[in-house]
Amino acid sequence: MEVEVRDEGRICVVRLSGDVDLESSPVARRALLASTERSRCVLVDLSAVKYIDSSGIASLVEAYQSARGKQIAFALAAVSPEALRVLQLARLDKVFTIYATVADGLGA
Amino acid sequence: MKQSAAELLLEYRVPAQVNRLKDVRRALREVLRRHGVSAACARDVVMAVDEACQNIIRHAYGGEGKGEIVLCVRSTLSQLELVLRDFAPAVDPACIHPRPLDELRPGGLGTHLIREAMDEVEYLRPSDGTGNLLRLVKRLEPDHRGS
Repeated sequence: MEVEVRDEGRICVVRLSGDVDLESSPVARRALLASTERSRCVLVDLSAVKYIDSSGIASLVEAYQSARGKQIAFALAAVSPEALRVLQLARLDKVFTIYATVADGLGA
Repeated sequence: MKQSAAELLLEYRVPAQVNRLKDVRRALREVLRRHGVSAACARDVVMAVDEACQNIIRHAYGGEGKGEIVLCVRSTLSQLELVLRDFAPAVDPACIHPRPLDELRPGGLGTHLIREAMDEVEYLRPSDGTGNLLRLVKRLEPDHRGS
């Protein structure tokens, strides 16, 4: 798994790619939580996620809750079919704000 | 139509370690692809087996990185059967249940994902009395077959 963090204006974009699994999700969790410390808006790009397990989903939920507690905007974008399937099975696809593309999220 | 006998597609023995989960996923994906299982069906099966292996590593073996997992995959015309065997102390199946989803919190989703992705989930006792057996079944609908 790889994590890229960049600022697009006032929005912090966190791009996860590859397999977000029990081995790699602690890295994703740290990056996601750190993003909620440094920006008022966080957009998580999941377009290149090939696999995500329950620990990866838990990292997203934890960051979402951290953001919500600080009244920070937190959304997902360009969710890959693999990640969307797991979000749907976990009934979280209606909990997160999800943009079809990163550009949509940046423009919101 | 006569039901064909189950065909053994894979028998895979792996150390019960977090850094070996990707090997299990890779081996399972490859055998399902060769067997003509659709990508969507394979995605669910791989996720369920991965989550089950995580539960074995973390809960049955206590996260110590010791012990082994044996995965057997069999197929008939109508279903895939996946059996995961571990050699940890027996776990009471009554203690294994998915958490309610109405509470938003991180963690505890693995058992729910397994039950959602698979058609049958059974916790069994091995005939020799050692360890635990988890039997998962995924029905092969026509659209679950690839080419």
